[in-house]
Amino acid sequence: MDNFTVGVVVFPGSNCDRDVSWALEGCLDIRTKYLWHESSDLSDVDAIVLPGGFSYGDYLRCGAIARFSPLINALDEFVKSGKRVLGICNGFQILTESGFLPGALTANKNLNFICDDVELDIISSKGGWFNNGGEKKIIKLPIAHGEGRYYCDSDTLKKLVDNELIALRYKNNPNGSSFDIAGITNEKGNVLGLMPHPERACDETIGGTDGLFTLKSLILK
Amino acid sequence: MDQFAVKVFVRLRPSVLDPAGEATKSASIKLGAEGIKSLRIGKMIEVKIEGNGENEVREKINLLCDRLFANTVIEDYEYSLEKL
Repeated sequence: MDNFTVGVVVFPGSNCDRDVSWALEGCLDIRTKYLWHESSDLSDVDAIVLPGGFSYGDYLRCGAIARFSPLINALDEFVKSGKRVLGICNGFQILTESGFLPGALTANKNLNFICDDVELDIISSKGGWFNNGGEKKIIKLPIAHGEGRYYCDSDTLKKLVDNELIALRYKNNPNGSSFDIAGITNEKGNVLGLMPHPERACDETIGGTDGLFTLKSLILK
Repeated sequence: MDQFAVKVFVRLRPSVLDPAGEATKSASIKLGAEGIKSLRIGKMIEVKIEGNGENEVREKINLLCDRLFANTVIEDYEYSLEKL
């Protein structure tokens, strides 16, 4: 992959950073670099993953405190330059809290922490995040969250639908998300946030490889 | 500089489902409490803050509420302010 480097952000409380790095390096031969949240120098990374976990202990609201880290402040310019940002689970929560993606994520309808494999419909190919040669319209990825219920008002939902910003929808909505939404992109398509964990589905021996093409698409221009 | 004690109440918007409130309502009914029509859970944040008069303090608190204390996509806020 030449020198293409994916920055994996580490907040206090992140716990999927090493999984993401393992999947990118070990399964896809893509170089990674951990980025401590206090760093605002993004000059030597070509794409960024905000991994899952419990940044700042989920204090106040999930992702609410992480939003004020120097790294997230620097992310605005990175996104405007067209580089790719993938927010997984807590990373998705951070992207909505910081306004990179619309809506909000809040407590699951049934209050359970849900740890399961779910089937997802690929809705939009915007940004090429789910480009698997058109072979698969439905993928299976693990979810693990207590606050994954996507919420937005009806105007925002209409905008998401009209502009094809809905990337993934649950086949059997597990958490009460509006319109079964599991993942969305920004209008440009270079920012994707999703509750399921693609990095946990990158090897047959641990249950599937449907996450591979999403991580691989980080290197797309 | 004046000092103020501020109590900020953050609540889920009425249109947003509150599963914790629903669970607590269900437990309240199991406890035997009758007549509960609705139960919703919010947060209260207490802040002691200095500023040149009430208007300046209100500006600071509005900023804190809009940008940090509440996520206005899903939450509303209100606050009371007492000069110390």
